[in-house]
Amino acid sequence: MRVSVSWLREYVDLPADLPTGDLEQALVDLGIEVDSIVDLRTTVTGALVVGEVLDIEELTGFKKPIRFCRVDVGTANGTGEPQEIVCGARNFAQGDKVVVILPGGVLPGNFAIGARKTYGRNSAGMICSAKELGLGDDHSGIIVLPADSPTKPGDDARPVVGLDDVVVELEITPDRGYALSVRGLARELAHALGVPFRDPALAPAPGGTAEPAYPVEVRDPVGCDRFAARMVRGVDPTAATPGWMQQRLTVAGIRSISLPVDITNYVMLELGQPMHAFDAERISGPLVVRRAEAGEKLTTLDGVARTLAAEDMVICDDAGPISLAAVMGGETSEVVAGTTDVLFEAAHWDPVMVGRTARRHKLFSEAAKRWERGVDPALPLVALERAVQLLTAHAGGTVGAAILDIDHVRPMSPVTLPVDLPARRVGVAYSPQRVVALLEQVGCTVVQGTDRLAEDPGEVGVAVGGGDVLSVTPPSWRPDLTDPADLVEEVVRLDGYDRVPSVLPTTPPGRGLTWQQRRRRAVARSLAERGLVEVVAHPFTSPELADQLGLPADDPRRPAVRLANPLSEEEPLLRTTLLGSLLGILRRNLGRGHRDLALYEIGTVFHPRPGAGRPPAMGVDRRPTDAEFAAADAAVPHQPRHVAVVLTGDLDPAGWWGAGRAAGWADAIEAGRAVLAAADIPADRVEVRAAEHAPWHPGRCAALLVDGDVVGYAGELHPAVVATLELPKRTSAMELDLDALPPAPVAPAPTVSTFPPALIDVALVLDASVPAAEVRRALVEGAGELLESVRLFDVYASEQLGAGRRSLAYKLAFRAPDRTLTVEEAVAARDAAVAVAAERFGATLRGA
Amino acid sequence: MSYRNDPYDPKQVALLDPAALAEAVADAGKAFAGATDPDALTALRPAHLGDRSPVSLARREIGALPPAAKSDAGKRVNEARRAIESAYVARAEILEREQAARVLVEERVDVTLPYDRRPRGARHPLSTLMEQISDLFVGMGYEVAEGPEVELEWTNFDALNIPADHPARGLMDTFHIAPAEGSAATSGGPVGSGLVLRTHTSPVQARTMLSRKPPIYVVCPGRVYRTDELDATHAPVFHQVEGLVVDKGITMAHLRGTLDHFARAMFGEGAKTRFRPHYFPFTEPSAEFDVWFPEHRDGPRWVEWGGCGMVNPRVLRACGIDPEVYSGFAFGMGIDRTVMFRHGVSDMRDMAEGDVRFTRAFGIGA
Repeated sequence: MRVSVSWLREYVDLPADLPTGDLEQALVDLGIEVDSIVDLRTTVTGALVVGEVLDIEELTGFKKPIRFCRVDVGTANGTGEPQEIVCGARNFAQGDKVVVILPGGVLPGNFAIGARKTYGRNSAGMICSAKELGLGDDHSGIIVLPADSPTKPGDDARPVVGLDDVVVELEITPDRGYALSVRGLARELAHALGVPFRDPALAPAPGGTAEPAYPVEVRDPVGCDRFAARMVRGVDPTAATPGWMQQRLTVAGIRSISLPVDITNYVMLELGQPMHAFDAERISGPLVVRRAEAGEKLTTLDGVARTLAAEDMVICDDAGPISLAAVMGGETSEVVAGTTDVLFEAAHWDPVMVGRTARRHKLFSEAAKRWERGVDPALPLVALERAVQLLTAHAGGTVGAAILDIDHVRPMSPVTLPVDLPARRVGVAYSPQRVVALLEQVGCTVVQGTDRLAEDPGEVGVAVGGGDVLSVTPPSWRPDLTDPADLVEEVVRLDGYDRVPSVLPTTPPGRGLTWQQRRRRAVARSLAERGLVEVVAHPFTSPELADQLGLPADDPRRPAVRLANPLSEEEPLLRTTLLGSLLGILRRNLGRGHRDLALYEIGTVFHPRPGAGRPPAMGVDRRPTDAEFAAADAAVPHQPRHVAVVLTGDLDPAGWWGAGRAAGWADAIEAGRAVLAAADIPADRVEVRAAEHAPWHPGRCAALLVDGDVVGYAGELHPAVVATLELPKRTSAMELDLDALPPAPVAPAPTVSTFPPALIDVALVLDASVPAAEVRRALVEGAGELLESVRLFDVYASEQLGAGRRSLAYKLAFRAPDRTLTVEEAVAARDAAVAVAAERFGATLRGA
Repeated sequence: MSYRNDPYDPKQVALLDPAALAEAVADAGKAFAGATDPDALTALRPAHLGDRSPVSLARREIGALPPAAKSDAGKRVNEARRAIESAYVARAEILEREQAARVLVEERVDVTLPYDRRPRGARHPLSTLMEQISDLFVGMGYEVAEGPEVELEWTNFDALNIPADHPARGLMDTFHIAPAEGSAATSGGPVGSGLVLRTHTSPVQARTMLSRKPPIYVVCPGRVYRTDELDATHAPVFHQVEGLVVDKGITMAHLRGTLDHFARAMFGEGAKTRFRPHYFPFTEPSAEFDVWFPEHRDGPRWVEWGGCGMVNPRVLRACGIDPEVYSGFAFGMGIDRTVMFRHGVSDMRDMAEGDVRFTRAFGIGA
């Protein structure tokens, strides 16, 4: 809402010299966000004066017609001589009064005005347009003051054009519709500054008459609980909207249309009552206010032909719908250029209905915005009186004596408020007198004790009975005050949020982070310390990704959660793997000139629940039962947290120490092992097994298992995937489901023997297809309890070993807890280890 | 030279002659002084202290002397031997010291050579900050609560006192989940799946209250979604941390005390908070709060930080907590925004794009 302070001053006695900073602070303290506050008095500096055009010389021979003018600016220029000014506009004539800025002045945008030679003449100053003065977008010509303007050359032009004002642009929260009006803002400022407020809604207005101003039938008093109307006949259709009204509408961002329409908008801004002006000649028969029939058609004022829904409310005449009630009027009944008989309508509509209609038709008009946030139902007759007064004052005509007022408005319900509730909720010792005074300031009617007769449907959550309670009836303009908590807020708001003290609560002991949270941190940190850089990617993904990654048709990563309203039609899905977005970020980095990259992400992936329907509806008047909530929760997609790694380029860079080392499949697997190690999964419960799994290279992919369950995959990406996604060759990756990992066990302490180890190396020759992991397992099983560690230190293949065979060399360390092993014992253990490998895989000792 | 251990013969005891012994000592001293490194010195040892050295041979000749002369001669030989021995040790010490010093010079390297064989990685500042904030509250006795990112509309809106037709629900710019293919879309909710990408971390509050009994002291960090295009100041995916306290006798003063403590822990002892009345459906009274940030890159100033308020009794009731017994407060702030003003990040895209130069600047984080 954009409004000028001069308008507010009509209803609230703001101090004459109120600094804009104080005004802003007052608004902020009230909970009204200030988007901008512009002191128009400071936007133009220097002499901005009224001038009278003495004569005009048309200059020719230029690209466009140019005028050389002599302008009387009185003594404002210090000489009293006419000011010579070159002007490109043509919408003025000799004798017109115009607005002149003299040399030395500065226009908005830091546009300094001087005297200079242009088009062959000396031009000293400028004749201004509204746009140049920052008063709007009108640059079609310069400002010509009305002929009867009571000004003389040399007068300060600022008050004449509205540059003596302050304009505030405010953000109103959705609960406070009343603040979308001059009336509401003036009332709020009166609270904040402790100055008198004159409520324009208290202006005298005649009540409804038995004879209606126009026959109207309201068929749905729920959707429309008040409908009032008055007629003005015989107005001058040529009457123009007065300049001051245009200015105020312009400030509010509302275009001037015609006098009757401008009046409805003006009254809406002033009182907060949206209105409508019908051309009485263009409607036929009685008006009917009803729900639309599904599929009914109406062309609204914006020229859009709309198909109505059964929930919309319409105003109809004999010909059918003529207005989409509360949201926008229709074309056929609108005031037009020749309108002489105006029927003003001021009604009160159901805010929920208006909100739905506005959203359904994407019509967020100024009226709809106010209805949705709540409009004072007490306003229609006052608003009509204001409108007919304004219309007759500027366009003549006769106001009809009949006033229609169909009123089904229910009185506001009182709210029961324990008088100490504000103090208990806020922690400030408000006295009962203070609570009552502040609520009365808001406009509430406060009665001590519970009103037994009043039903109190809005009341939630306060101990009633016993103690001092107040029965608080909110004013008609505050439909948002329904609960005791709402009243508590009014008390603390008007008393001042800055008076709330700062006290730390006594917190009961907590249990710290969960093991899952600690684990996630350990994993993240471990990867970062290994040289990887964490990224936080968006989860939106394209349907093509599954194909690009080469996922098989039945891959569980193919079904995806789909957004109904994605930002980009190309990425309507939520990811089922972290790799897509992670590789995307990898590519972005490559595009920016990075070559050696190691990235990781810990994030959520989304898997739809097969067969899950819509979650059952649940109310909010009570807690859902565990069964109800579980049933709803079952529709929520499975969202495990994954960790993924992508690697390309050198993992160990080249340097003066020697060559670099490219990242590859083994590094990806190592990253997976590192994650499991950081998660405290014991190494002997981890298994790495060859796997064929998209998007990995079938010969360079490992499944990572814990306790025999696959938790992730790692290795080099499939060359086809690398080509499709335009990645560097040999790009490697790992992805693992962190939520699939079991909790870490409480590790049993090992026996630390102080006896010396017996170290024996064995080199086994066997078929190259036997996985090293299985050879190791065989050695461990065969060696028995004396084996302390086993480490593969060499892999070797040669012609001598034979095609398809290789040698695996292991360092075995044997140690006993209670004695120094003899050579015979160690050799026996080694032989037992080798024997199992020999039996399982036909391994032979190399050189044996 | 070769000597034999013959029986006493006066002619053959010339080595016991004091002059001869003095000469042997002098010879040894001269020889040792001529050695220039420990190895050369060691090589001289057999000649002067070995079995065939003059002093050793002299000692053998003692046996051939008459008993009366033995004591005298033994003393002389021992003295000579000690003299040679100490000359040797003295020289050895010098040579070893010299050699050690020489080695240190020879082994000198350029320690300024860059040694970045495994460039360090980095954590994302959003993750680090969420952990830092969690730790602060865990230190106060809070626990960290989490919930799903695709949420029920009920937990994201309804339970938080944002009914279907409330204008606030429209303001949230919500990503809706499309109904599963083949499932009959029913009315209610603009789309009909009953699911959204959560627009704030507040549904975690609802889940927490449904699953725990008061007293509840939790913080909920996490990702949230709104349908904003990514630009310098907006992102469709961003992060929040919320705090929720439900206990007996909780007041707005407790909320303020908690946020003041939080602000000081995050921004230094000079930080403080300022409350501005605001509207949130799930809290009443509600406020937006600013933090006085002394270290702002453009000078000390108030910075908009988040929203807060007393938990609306309607929310408590929908989550099964008796609002006549318990009250609570809640607060929330944008993590991305906090990173931006704390570290002077001017473009939101930097945090989403994943350029390693950006993230590396934040290190691994404490």
